Amino acid sequence: MIEVKNVIKSFGPNLVLDNISASFFPGKVNLIIGRSGSGKTVAIKSMLGLHEIDSGSISFDKRNFSSMSQKEKQNIRKEIGMVFQGGALFDSKTIEENLMVPLIMFSSMSIEQMKDRVNFCLNRVNLDNVNSLYPADLSGGMQKRVAIARAIILKPKYLFCDEPNSGLDPYTATVIDELLKEITYEYNITTVINTHDMNSVMQIGDYIIFIQKGKKLWEGSKDEIMNSTNKDLNKFIFSSEIFKRLKSFM
Amino acid sequence: MNIFSLIGKYFLFVKKVFSRPSKLTVFYKSFLKEVFVLGVSSIGFVAFVSLFVGAVVTLQIAYNLENPLLPSYLIGLATRDSIILEFSPTMISLILAGKMGSNIASTIGTMRVTEQIDALEMMGINSASYLVLPKIFALIFFNPILITFSMFLAIIGGWFFGDITGLCSTTEFLDGVQYYFIPFNVFYAYIKTVFFAIIIATLPAFYGYYTKGGALEVGQASTKGVVNSSILIIIFNYLITQLLLS
Repeated sequence: MIEVKNVIKSFGPNLVLDNISASFFPGKVNLIIGRSGSGKTVAIKSMLGLHEIDSGSISFDKRNFSSMSQKEKQNIRKEIGMVFQGGALFDSKTIEENLMVPLIMFSSMSIEQMKDRVNFCLNRVNLDNVNSLYPADLSGGMQKRVAIARAIILKPKYLFCDEPNSGLDPYTATVIDELLKEITYEYNITTVINTHDMNSVMQIGDYIIFIQKGKKLWEGSKDEIMNSTNKDLNKFIFSSEIFKRLKSFM
Repeated sequence: MNIFSLIGKYFLFVKKVFSRPSKLTVFYKSFLKEVFVLGVSSIGFVAFVSLFVGAVVTLQIAYNLENPLLPSYLIGLATRDSIILEFSPTMISLILAGKMGSNIASTIGTMRVTEQIDALEMMGINSASYLVLPKIFALIFFNPILITFSMFLAIIGGWFFGDITGLCSTTEFLDGVQYYFIPFNVFYAYIKTVFFAIIIATLPAFYGYYTKGGALEVGQASTKGVVNSSILIIIFNYLITQLLLS
């Protein structure tokens, strides 16, 4: 379980996270939703120690991550998989080499075992025969799937995704969402996903927190979100035509 | 950011870079790759520059030694000392700061803005050490080889062009090259080269590593890396010369 308690983060005079608290449970797809610039990415990067928080605490299974040394944080990060918004694949390495980086650094597998694991993970995200290609040879959706494969290669306990389906067509976005949900349930991972896509929210959101201007305004499940009375959340949800129409049927 | 906090940040970065590599086999492979990417790929360029600058040095010395009382072998001697003491270690290092420095800063800067460095950190890898340490060792290892090669070719260039233009015969030039040779001068050149190699690897890497923004900022980081490493090379050239030769 990941526990975030009273986290405050500012950049100079700009308060970006204002007293955020939340608990993310294993085997569930946890979503952080909000408008662009609401502090979602800063929240996720703060949880991972990529941004130092001003106050509060973040703990992974009762281990206080925010007070750890850099070395201790590196050890925890070996248990974390991360899918970045742009994929963040190493563009000078082939897909196979991309996936092998964590294995080479942190496992004692033989080359053959590593290749088997790479093929298993690529197969798990429905990609075959891409081992020798470079990231630039793949479409955006395929790059995201490679990024997911790389994130799960060391069998992580925690999986973080920063807008995993941004820039993708609706069908591919759905495929990525389904994949993340399946992986979360299959391996009992604590998954935390940033998104502003309401389709994703309705499809995979087991636990959702809504933040605006750095403040947590609402939390609940996908079944509760449509009946929320929070004005800001409703404005966010029903901003698209399709959800407006859906509301009229409710 | 003022100059003192910048210097402090640079030394903290260097401290992070010089932590023990997590896997020596990975470090060794990266080291060999960097030797090729940064070092071996510079051989042709260094050879071309050295050959022609060696020729120009010889022609200029011959032009300044027109007095018949001065023996012609002095052309060879002055060419050798100019090349060993200054041209090869300093001028070639400045040229390499441009070529290698822009490569290092832009590569690392692009990795930063495309979140590849964050991805390494998220895997639990010390990204600074993983990316920069092999480059530093590659330059410390290969730049002295490049400088030796440059010294050799510049003297050959001087001899060849001196001979075909009739300013200094082969015998006189070779006499001059061998006359009153001080081996310490070569040692001094290598000390400078190693210092400059560390500057060329770390300073552009520092600017690349802390790039924020996009393509424009990567270009700016590359420019800052090259300009500031060139300035430091000039300053350290003076300091090392003052310490070792005065």
